Amino acid sequence: MANQAVGVIFSNIHDDNIPELSHHRTMASIPFGGRYRLIDFALSNMVNSGITTVGIVTKNNYQSLIDHIGSGKDWDLARKDGGIVLLPPYYDENEAPYTNRLEALKGITGFLNRRKEEYVVISDCDAIARVDIADVIHYHESKHSDFTMVYHEEKGEYHSSYFLTLDPDASGRVKGVKINPKLKKNEKFNLYINIMVFNREFLINIIQDAVTRGLSSFGRDILTKNLDTLKVYAYKFDGYFAGINSLEKYFQHSMELLEKDVRSELFGARDIYTKVRDSAPSKYTENAIVKNSLISDGCVIDGTVENCILFRGVNVGKGSVIKNSILMQDTVVGSDVQLDCVITDKNAVIRDRRHLAGCETLPYFIAKGKMI
Amino acid sequence: MFRKKECVAMLLAGGQGSRLYALTNNIAKPAVAFGAKYRIIDFPLSNCINSGIDTVGVLTQYQPLELNEYIGNGQPWDLDRAFGGVHILSPYQAKKKSSWYEGTANAIYQNMNFMKKYNPDYILILSGDHIYKMDYAAMLKAHKETGAACTIAAIEVPLKEASRFGVLNTNKDGSIYEFEEKPKQPKSNLASMGIYIFTAEKLYQYLEADEANPDSSKDFGKDVLPAMLNAGEKMQSYRFSGYWKDVGTISSLWESNMDLLGVKPAFDVGDPDWKIHSRNPLAPPEYLGNDAKVSNSLIALGCEIDGTVENSVLATGVIVEKGAVVKDSVIMAGTVVKKGATVSYSIIDENVVIDDGACIGEDKNKNAGIAVLGREITVAAGVKVAGGQIIDKDYKGETNNG
Repeated sequence: MANQAVGVIFSNIHDDNIPELSHHRTMASIPFGGRYRLIDFALSNMVNSGITTVGIVTKNNYQSLIDHIGSGKDWDLARKDGGIVLLPPYYDENEAPYTNRLEALKGITGFLNRRKEEYVVISDCDAIARVDIADVIHYHESKHSDFTMVYHEEKGEYHSSYFLTLDPDASGRVKGVKINPKLKKNEKFNLYINIMVFNREFLINIIQDAVTRGLSSFGRDILTKNLDTLKVYAYKFDGYFAGINSLEKYFQHSMELLEKDVRSELFGARDIYTKVRDSAPSKYTENAIVKNSLISDGCVIDGTVENCILFRGVNVGKGSVIKNSILMQDTVVGSDVQLDCVITDKNAVIRDRRHLAGCETLPYFIAKGKMI
Repeated sequence: MFRKKECVAMLLAGGQGSRLYALTNNIAKPAVAFGAKYRIIDFPLSNCINSGIDTVGVLTQYQPLELNEYIGNGQPWDLDRAFGGVHILSPYQAKKKSSWYEGTANAIYQNMNFMKKYNPDYILILSGDHIYKMDYAAMLKAHKETGAACTIAAIEVPLKEASRFGVLNTNKDGSIYEFEEKPKQPKSNLASMGIYIFTAEKLYQYLEADEANPDSSKDFGKDVLPAMLNAGEKMQSYRFSGYWKDVGTISSLWESNMDLLGVKPAFDVGDPDWKIHSRNPLAPPEYLGNDAKVSNSLIALGCEIDGTVENSVLATGVIVEKGAVVKDSVIMAGTVVKKGATVSYSIIDENVVIDDGACIGEDKNKNAGIAVLGREITVAAGVKVAGGQIIDKDYKGETNNG
């Protein structure tokens, strides 16, 4: 059924929420959960729902994304018809690269026009959630909706540079949309989680209409102003949702992976696809003490690791004690090091006998390739 | 010829591996799991691609389904090629005659057309039952330099074990003057590794002759190599001194797995300069719980461990529950060791369930031998499986056995 849909993933939107991790890369290629990148969740949701064509909209810093995606074969998306289609920004002397989502969509109308699928599923890369896209499409069809927005019920404050809350009626039709609302401490709200289903032709029409009228914001100029005439429906997603919109949230949601329920929902029923690296299985030496931690392949652990997430190829030296930390790919920790609440980006090196600590709300961050 | 390959590899993967008992009931030996995430065939295939040999025929016969599926289009080894790549060569029916592969030489003979398609100068013959890392390109270079008709890779083994192998008796320059297949009284400790490089034309010639000889058993070691030597062809040995292990028995398979452990292991699968490629199962990182005690072990992705694991190799998705103890053992993918169960000095195949409190094998120091559980079986709660016992059906204890 969902092969009646084409996927579109925005790789750069929300980059400004985590400058630490998106300095050298797109939001999509931020590492998460030991061996994944954020885009793996959006892509796997689509692939698991039977979507076989996915356009990835890029803007800048997309080298690491291209390296990650390759031909798309690891997602079973190296196809003759469709598969992964990278959509870099199009611009020339008359036209600057896109600055908002509408312009980005305008830039890919050629791609959307050429496809034959009835629906378009649009997703960003800032959410960790196993959304059954096929079910969203089914809902969209049953409501004869123009477009359908997926939301998750949240409570309390929410911080992001740009977010929408939805107010659906009993039938699911969206009656109100708020942009960046001020939220009270325990206030419940329906957070739009940046996944939308459109009828493809409808989407092409509103993009063209918006361009001719010089509109720039999908949320402000189109959505909020036309709720009476447009048939916009809201699909409630009840599962685990983690919005990655700050380093603090990144840390918090990463640590939630140490809970069994979260792991079985994210990894249990359906696979999450990612680039494979042919790493050896992880090696635990006679000195290794590892508790409550997720360890990816290619690691060599000769010290103590507690409440941590270790990405591929991490080395922990003898006598070192690593607690409550996230060590990304190929981080090298020397001997007799102590770390607590630390996030290291790829290829960081922590030399012997260093003691570093942050706290849960402000983890100590070590940038890519830095030596301490 | 416009397009050619200098060297084509032919990998003999049809063996039953009967000395692996329950582990090869349903799969060919080269498909047997090894080292937490690999299968035996990953090693020769990785050696090929790392040596720049990108055309490999894999000759299958015994229980090929899983092996064929594993190799697929060869993409995990970068062997999915428009010209060349990996090809499964199964026995086939021909217009005049059809037959199973009758011996190693006959298997290669029957696939002469495959080799000739690439117009190669050299043919590399490999077997799918050894764990080793070897640069075939260096061996090929030596073969070209000596101008031999055939070069045989050779390794020194303890003299008392030499009678299990084909033994090479060589001159100082490495040329072979005598080849003895499994001699009772070996004259040297230089064993053939079953890895041969032939100059292609010579191979074709002697395979044709061997096929025409009604007395031949159609085996490289017993027939083809001695025939070449008798005819005065130049035969050369190529010394290899690295790690090389035949994993054709339960104990050698266990030992070779154990050789991967330690900070400086006897055999390193994590060498970035000689990657071992494999089909990668989809699994999240392994999770070690609050009660996990894991030491001197190799753990693959997807494992969930809340018990004790010592000196062991655990493959993808193995679950070791709280209070369970795994020691000196090899556990293959998807097996579950439930609460309070113990596994000592054992090889456990894929998707086995060891129920609460069951006790598999005996402490290694008791010399009772390695216990083996075949794939997809269940051992009932509290039941004991003695050391050295091999079980390939669901097991509820001695009284219900068989």
